[in-house]
Amino acid sequence: MALPVHASSGERAWYYSFRVLCAAIFVFLIGPIFVIVPLSFNELPYFTFTPEMLSFDPDGYSIKWYEEFFTEQSWQDAVANSFFIAIFATLISTTLGTLAALGLSQPYMPFRTTIMAVLISPMIVPLIISAAGMYFFYTRMGISSTHIGVIVAHAALGTPFVVITVTATLVGFDRSLIRAAASLGAGPTRIFFKIIVPLILPGVISGALFAFITSFDEVVVVLFVGSVEQRTIPWKMFSGIREEIRPTILAVATILVCISIALLTTVELLRRRSERLRGMSPG
Amino acid sequence: MAHELTTADGVPLRISLERALLRSRIRAALLVVPLMAFLLFAFILPIFDMLYRSVENSIVAQVLPETVVVLRDWDETGDALPDETVFETAVADIQAAFKAKTLGRLARRLNYEKPGMASLLRKSGRRSLRITEAPWSEQLIKIDRKWGDINLWRLIKRESDHVTESYFLAAVDMRLDDLGAVSWQPENRQIYLQLFWKTVWMSGLITILCLLLGYPVAFLLATLPLRTSNLLMVLVLLPFWTSLLVRTTSWIALLQHEGVLNDLMVVVGLISDDGRLQMIHNKIGTFVAMTHILLPFMILPLYSVMKTIPPSYMRAARSLGATPFTAFVRVYLPNTVSGIGAGSILVFILSIGYYITPALVGGRTGTFISNFIASHVSVTLNWGLAAALGVILLALVLALYLLYDRIVGIDNMKLG
Repeated sequence: MALPVHASSGERAWYYSFRVLCAAIFVFLIGPIFVIVPLSFNELPYFTFTPEMLSFDPDGYSIKWYEEFFTEQSWQDAVANSFFIAIFATLISTTLGTLAALGLSQPYMPFRTTIMAVLISPMIVPLIISAAGMYFFYTRMGISSTHIGVIVAHAALGTPFVVITVTATLVGFDRSLIRAAASLGAGPTRIFFKIIVPLILPGVISGALFAFITSFDEVVVVLFVGSVEQRTIPWKMFSGIREEIRPTILAVATILVCISIALLTTVELLRRRSERLRGMSPG
Repeated sequence: MAHELTTADGVPLRISLERALLRSRIRAALLVVPLMAFLLFAFILPIFDMLYRSVENSIVAQVLPETVVVLRDWDETGDALPDETVFETAVADIQAAFKAKTLGRLARRLNYEKPGMASLLRKSGRRSLRITEAPWSEQLIKIDRKWGDINLWRLIKRESDHVTESYFLAAVDMRLDDLGAVSWQPENRQIYLQLFWKTVWMSGLITILCLLLGYPVAFLLATLPLRTSNLLMVLVLLPFWTSLLVRTTSWIALLQHEGVLNDLMVVVGLISDDGRLQMIHNKIGTFVAMTHILLPFMILPLYSVMKTIPPSYMRAARSLGATPFTAFVRVYLPNTVSGIGAGSILVFILSIGYYITPALVGGRTGTFISNFIASHVSVTLNWGLAAALGVILLALVLALYLLYDRIVGIDNMKLG
């Protein structure tokens, strides 16, 4: 949308004010996320910039909130719980979700739309409702307040993402490749691992990353289904913000931002690679 | 065709094809079965459990099993108290419940329907042990005069069914009066309809704010060269990938009384130090933080629709004499309606069920229906009411989900 040379002054003014407006919206989107980064190095336990910080006095800065995060046992337990729960939830949802996506992409799948609607529903149903229902039901089953309960709940919440991303990779899938492999004598297992897996792998990995971040970020279900034993990082942050607000939370938030940047980069690279492989996008 | 075509081993081709198709169908279905079974256990049954709890009502019949039976013969529409047998059975039931320590559950259950029932039952529990012989009714009424109130017996009889509509009525600010007719709650106890309305209009406003902010950005991204727009897209996707709690924390740091924005405005001289604005723990906090959190869900569907509109449409409109404004309103905007619909419904669905952000930045005035559901589950322990409120919210969301399916198609849902 470059400005043509013959644009009138009115158009010129509109063009630049539109750019400024968009820039302002981008600042609104991204600014709040980065404002916490310098704040997390605050020497004082405040959630704002101190005069020392603004004058770039080194004494105004400190890494003590990071030290607190890395040394305090309850935070370290929360980190361990978060990773433990997220990794197992991701394994379950990726395995089941990928199989289901393979089934859904078969040309002869009966009741396709209905099944898809059901499989996607954990993403649509408000979390508070899922959390309350899971709390009621898992208590009956005796798995609430256990790691298994939280893992099962998170796996259920993560599956829609895997189903969606893997189905999207399978849209351009050339079925004649399977027939070609079969005609050359490959059995179903060999076809699966040699033909299907390499082609859908980018979709599976990005689905897995979505499932991972869903579990890693999730707090409502943990609050209901879990107990103190299953306390995760978001749980600690939630109760921290409610009860005793300390800049340690900002330090944790900064670390989480770094993790999300890493995950986002991975997913974007995978998406572009997959699109390039299938010749769908010039970028 | 004279005779049917057959395969090499003599099976008619039609049957052979049908068999092959059936096999493919079964194979496809088998791949979906594990996930379906898992979701049934982990997600669908829990939802049904909640549906069940919103009408489930076994406590009265469990705690007062005999009383419920003898009360069946009593005519609750008359003016007469139940007869002596009912009182005798009730005393026996209350004594048994007191010993089995189940009276507290009954007390809590009946207190939802009629305030004062909890203290009455707790008081009557221990004292009922003293009653060992007739006259039953006289002695029970001596413990508390309320036992002589005919409406109390009407309530017990009404709630002795295994299914009750009272949670749903309570969820829409209604109740059954003493004679069992549906009526409104007293004015000062009507909160839920207002709360539903507040949730809906605030979600609507958040959706509009997201649309107003998301449309220009999506337009810019869709019209810039791919290389630049891919770079800028990262600015949209990063918030999408950043933890919800991180973003909420950021807004607390920015908006709070001693926060960054207030400090900045004081330094610039826009407000005085004691004129700091209250921007958090009220509706403003909820609006700002939720708009920020949900904005990517608006931009992404808008962007994917706008990408498909050829730029030549606008040029054609301009060359035919339309002003830029007319060209936009008459040509571009109508082409993006499906994106607007998709994004708006998505944002609205997500917003209406939000819990965490309103709980942290909404204070008392900026909270949603979800916050009340949460507090009924974990604080007041009125699970029936929590379930009923949840079912109403769920119905609302599912209706919107169907609408979304109509407009976009669930198959076309994309991420990132």
